[in-house]
Amino acid sequence: MDAFTTHTGTAAPLRRSNVDTDQIIPAEYLKRITRTGFEDGLFVAWRTNEPDFVLNQPQYADASVLVAGPDFGTGSSREHANWALLDGGFRVVISARFADIFRNNSTKSGLLTVVLPPADVEALQDACEADPTLPVTVDLVAKEVRWADRVSGFEIDDYTRWRLLEGLDDIGLTERHLDDIDAFEAARPSWKPRTLA
Amino acid sequence: MGQTLAQKVYEQHVVRRTEGEPDLLYIDLHLVHEVTSPQAFDGLRAAGRTVRRPDLTMSTEDHNVPTTNLLAPIADPVSRAQVEALRTNTAEFGIRQAPMGTRDQGIVHVIGPQLGLTQPGMTIVCGDSHTSTHGAFGALAFGIGTSEVEHVLATQTLTQRPAKQMSVRVDGELPVGVSAKDLILAVIAEIGTGGGQGHVIEYRGSAVQGLSMESRMTICNMSIEAGARAGLIAPDETTFAYLAGREHAPTGEDWDAAVAAWRELRTDDDAVFDREVVIDAASLTPYVTWGTNPGQGLPIGAAVPDPASFADESDRAAAESALAYMGLTAGTPLRDISVDTVFLGSCTNGRIEDLRVAAELLRGQHVAADTRMLVVPGSVFVKQQAEEEGLDAVFTAAGAEWRGAGCSMCLGMNPDQLAPGERSASTSNRNFQGRQGKGGRTHLVSPAVAAATAITGKLTAPADLVPAGA
Repeated sequence: MDAFTTHTGTAAPLRRSNVDTDQIIPAEYLKRITRTGFEDGLFVAWRTNEPDFVLNQPQYADASVLVAGPDFGTGSSREHANWALLDGGFRVVISARFADIFRNNSTKSGLLTVVLPPADVEALQDACEADPTLPVTVDLVAKEVRWADRVSGFEIDDYTRWRLLEGLDDIGLTERHLDDIDAFEAARPSWKPRTLA
Repeated sequence: MGQTLAQKVYEQHVVRRTEGEPDLLYIDLHLVHEVTSPQAFDGLRAAGRTVRRPDLTMSTEDHNVPTTNLLAPIADPVSRAQVEALRTNTAEFGIRQAPMGTRDQGIVHVIGPQLGLTQPGMTIVCGDSHTSTHGAFGALAFGIGTSEVEHVLATQTLTQRPAKQMSVRVDGELPVGVSAKDLILAVIAEIGTGGGQGHVIEYRGSAVQGLSMESRMTICNMSIEAGARAGLIAPDETTFAYLAGREHAPTGEDWDAAVAAWRELRTDDDAVFDREVVIDAASLTPYVTWGTNPGQGLPIGAAVPDPASFADESDRAAAESALAYMGLTAGTPLRDISVDTVFLGSCTNGRIEDLRVAAELLRGQHVAADTRMLVVPGSVFVKQQAEEEGLDAVFTAAGAEWRGAGCSMCLGMNPDQLAPGERSASTSNRNFQGRQGKGGRTHLVSPAVAAATAITGKLTAPADLVPAGA
């Protein structure tokens, strides 16, 4: 996973609520067995069927921050939704509320998800609609999103923040505690099921 | 202060707890399918890691598998490559397989309970959001992404933080013709698709206790549609009776020890929930969805809502966009909506009891002229069981298509898809735009409503039907 410290780019306003992972990337695009190359499925139905869809507008072609409506990422657990956004050039998604699994996956895939108060999300959407070239800075060190003269702070737990700042592999961190896992396994009840004979 | 059921199961699995870090949680069972695992196995290989506990891991082929021409190779080369990658990966790491056509193959959330691998008090994960299904046994079960699949393969643990606790209490008795599916659709309509966010939901109350295990699975399955990662129900005699004698259920002294431990798995009287929802079972009727998220549902006697009737601006916008996508007009009675396709199946409603309910309604009846009905058992075992009971003959005599096992039209990763503009009544779990095929329109329904709808060609409650021969 790439480390994330601070990112400055332009933002695209996605004024829709309940954007489910089937919209972010439909199931037929999940058949690839590699970890990259998912940009062709990103919001493909809306990109195909809606000429005015925000990501069809040339002024947002280079946006790297997606500013979405509430309950972004509902539905399936497919991490491909994170990968598709990353492959499509996004480093950050900002919303007032995310679905749990999508958000959790983002902390593993290196896509930063930032929760801002609904009014601030709205203000940022207004700002990047008024000026699509507006630079937006997402600063994980200071835990702030900054645009024009606005500063909006966000919460993130210290552990996840540290892991993202360092770009650390979760599995490697867990492997430091193999002794604890061994001890736990030794104490498990013997009647717990096993899949192999 | 007492603990909830979910808190008890969680605490029993904490491997390591340190201030300022997430807990390390042990995973008792890891279920693997072909879609969300290939990148995880590649990750293991790239890092020189192996699978820590293949004996706590089970794989199956479900999302991509076709439901016709079962003996031929998968026609779609990309689907075939994904299934073959699963076979290669699981063979390399010594993981049990359930290849297409074998008795154990089927939807991952159908085969776990069927084999007796899903038991009370366990932690169960899978790279699939409907893993919440297994909560019906009093297990803490939730979906994970591919990075976490790799983490569990490598370490048999996950990093986790305790969730908030929600109680959904349903007292009373469900009216005749009203099922677990109607109940959970009503719950989601009540609390919304984000209502359970950050929570584990415990379903409680006399109406829940009165349900069969398969009905309980239907309810827990759709916890994710309410925004909760997990939903669970305290194990009881119904649970133990379901498990007894299954392939992986404990036996002899082990059974006695297990049941003694399972009896402890209930929420303490003084436990505190962060949120409580109460529903009167007697007030429920068959529910159907009219929109493009599972929270957009109403009793079947209602009409398509007017977007202007929603107070919240974002709900109003969502309703407007849903009606446009669904091709519906506000004020149309839901019973007047004609469907092209009826889909009976999925991890929500693809088990034997679901097939029995639908077959009972279809016996001696016929699927409407312009409607097609697909019946897709959740597993090969369910298919065989249904055939032993003669249900396949009932379905085919009624003009329905009797198919092979898999996820099928729930998400259309195989050839079972809606054409653009086609409308379905589906016993699956998601009515998202395009979920069942590009441009397809989905109404979520119970198995009984699905069968009744197949007969009339319009959304229909079972009570609306004229009995066969009458």
